[in-house]
Amino acid sequence: MSELGIPSIGAIGFLRWTWRQLTSMRTALFLLMLLGIAAIPGSLIPQRTQNPFKVQEYFTAHSQLAPILDKFRLFDVYGSPWFSSIYLLLFISLVGCVLPRAFAHAKAMNAKPPATPSNLSRLEHFTTWTSEESPAALLESARAAFKKRRFRVLEQEGSISAEKGFLRETGNLIFHLSLVLLLVAMALGALQGCKGDAIVVEGETFFDSATSYDNLTPGRFFDPTKLPNFALRVNQFIPTYDLANGMPLDYTLKVTVTEVGKSHDAIIKVNHPLKFGSTNVYLQANGYAPIVTVRDGAGQVVLKGPVPFLPQDANLTSIGAIKVPDALPTQLGFIGSFLPTAVMDKVRGGFSTFPDAFNPKLLLSAWEGNLGLDNGTPQSVYRLDTSKMTRIGLEGLAVGETWTLPNGQGSISFDGWARWVNLQVARDPGKGFALAGAILAIFGLMMSLFIRRRRVWVRVFALADGSGIEVSGLSRSQAPGLEAEINELVTALKEGTK
Amino acid sequence: MTKTEWAYGSNYLVYSAMAVYTLAFIAFAVEMSLNIRTTSKMLVGSDGSEIEVAVDESKSDRTGRIAVALTALGFGLHLLGVIARGVSAHRVPWGNMYEFSVTASMALAGAYLLLMKRLGLRWLGLFVSFVVLIVLGTAITLLYRPSAPLVPALKSTWLAIHVSAAIISGGVFLLANLVSALYLYLEHRESIGARPLWAMKMPSLETLDQLSYRLIAFVFPIWTFAVVAGAIWAESAWGRYWGWDPKETWAFITWVGYAAYLHARVTIGWRGRRAAWLCLLAGSTFLFNYIYVNVWGTGRHTYSGL
Repeated sequence: MSELGIPSIGAIGFLRWTWRQLTSMRTALFLLMLLGIAAIPGSLIPQRTQNPFKVQEYFTAHSQLAPILDKFRLFDVYGSPWFSSIYLLLFISLVGCVLPRAFAHAKAMNAKPPATPSNLSRLEHFTTWTSEESPAALLESARAAFKKRRFRVLEQEGSISAEKGFLRETGNLIFHLSLVLLLVAMALGALQGCKGDAIVVEGETFFDSATSYDNLTPGRFFDPTKLPNFALRVNQFIPTYDLANGMPLDYTLKVTVTEVGKSHDAIIKVNHPLKFGSTNVYLQANGYAPIVTVRDGAGQVVLKGPVPFLPQDANLTSIGAIKVPDALPTQLGFIGSFLPTAVMDKVRGGFSTFPDAFNPKLLLSAWEGNLGLDNGTPQSVYRLDTSKMTRIGLEGLAVGETWTLPNGQGSISFDGWARWVNLQVARDPGKGFALAGAILAIFGLMMSLFIRRRRVWVRVFALADGSGIEVSGLSRSQAPGLEAEINELVTALKEGTK
Repeated sequence: MTKTEWAYGSNYLVYSAMAVYTLAFIAFAVEMSLNIRTTSKMLVGSDGSEIEVAVDESKSDRTGRIAVALTALGFGLHLLGVIARGVSAHRVPWGNMYEFSVTASMALAGAYLLLMKRLGLRWLGLFVSFVVLIVLGTAITLLYRPSAPLVPALKSTWLAIHVSAAIISGGVFLLANLVSALYLYLEHRESIGARPLWAMKMPSLETLDQLSYRLIAFVFPIWTFAVVAGAIWAESAWGRYWGWDPKETWAFITWVGYAAYLHARVTIGWRGRRAAWLCLLAGSTFLFNYIYVNVWGTGRHTYSGL
């Protein structure tokens, strides 16, 4: 006994108590609601997994608040320990709740319905009438009626108990267990899956190896040697736009796929990824890459080729940076805007009025000095770090034009443009299981909500000139319908007795 | 007919449907006022001071029938309007928020007409016609967009499957929430005295409570299907079946809310006031998802300006 006079329950007792609390329905319901509430902040605060740029912006805009939010993993809600612990506790509670029920249900599958209660009139939809038939004949026709309606039946002296709707509980168990399957499938995908993306310009070939991705997020147990070996040449990207308003109508990507020596052509569309087993290649985004040739002060070609720019608006006004570290005597850099259908405005400057390239212009500001590429800090390829550079001029170029830089620093030619696409390669070995879990869950849910579990009793007793019959039932689920069913049964019995 | 003519035709049909729904709303209101009169007569009669007055209920009943017939006519025009919109755009008519609102309010009116006989819902007509008018009015004034083809991301068979399941869910959720709200109001009035006269003819509190449960139990698997269909579509469009996009997150929260509602009722035995509040709470997450995420949201479910 402890000081308070409460019997000590001991360590095992405490564990048992904790388990009981955790697997109680109230706790489960509380955890379920908590999970709903816990999911809210992630939809209001930008998340790293979805939009890392937005998170950076948030840090800049709210420099005081952001680090505090970050401490609580609020930019990473769905991978945070507190969110995970809620759903893991919920699932432990669910398994602890459902497994004992599953065993009990398996035992009850073959159980007979309970004996007829002594007072049927206290149950639901009690009906009684008299008949000229003998009690034995009436019981027999009642038994036949129950069998025909697929009730399970317990025959007793002068009465029959019948029960139906065991599949309601079966469905309930299937639903909850398939949620567990869904969770396991999600974990499998997160741990053994892999996701990466890469920007590929028309005419270039993408090789599926870890180094050719711009971004690669492998699961913890993902084996990089298991990347399916393929090469994908981006032949042509064809966007179609509504001429009236510039809305995109269609994106078609033509590629040539090479796998173990064999090549074939394929088409990727937004809702139609290219599939290799559990790996899919998706068309995610697209943009323009102006093709330029840069010569340095010595007249040497130091850069030649397409430079991908990032689209800024629906009309694909794109911005980017052209970095020329090998230029002599000093490094060169350009901040550029690519306007596919350029319009020059005195107030707004240059902007694009249509997403297709009807009048492409490249607006450049040229800088010389130190690009800052050697000090080890990672730099965005789309931004120029101008802190150690000086601006040497501004110019707008049409296709084919060359701008000779001042002071003999070289020149830049706008040779043309290509389109680039952002390919996403996703591998998820769990998704088949997740789909199976989801489909089973829906079926289980429908069974558990639409099947009624009910008991019906019939008692027959002898009278001087025939017999008396009593019928009543008990609905064990909230769904209505028992009354109609009993009425129908009573009518059948009455007609049978006529 | 050209695309534009179909689009104009659709607009005229939706306007006509609104006019007819307005007439239905007025007829339902008249029915209710007639009910108030007969009810007050009965109250005098059952006072004991006078012998029971023979109450003529045929007038209010006839008005109610007219109201239902008008609702059905409005629904017919509404349906034609939705079909014409689909023909004009050569696709399912739920590609933007305007079309979703018009089609979802049609689903609400359809669910009402379909379930009216079976569940005895005629008394709900006043509220249903009012909500349909509000949704249509908002859609036409604030959300209207000219009929246009879809952006590439929406070009998928799953648009028909996923969004139609979401539309049906939205319609029935709304109906269940109307019933729950009415329950809470009448429960409050009964607890401080008696029901207002206009509600005398409405079903008992227990019936309302059961009705809202049955509607939720009916629609919950459809909502689950809508979420799963969305996940399957997301897998083929975005490379993952679940990514905690704001729309997905709020769909999940609504799902969790109604899962909690069903558990609270079936397993713990919540009834009445608590269950009705939980129903409204879960329903408001659906509405929040629809309005907030579409209008101010940043996720991948935001297309082409609403």
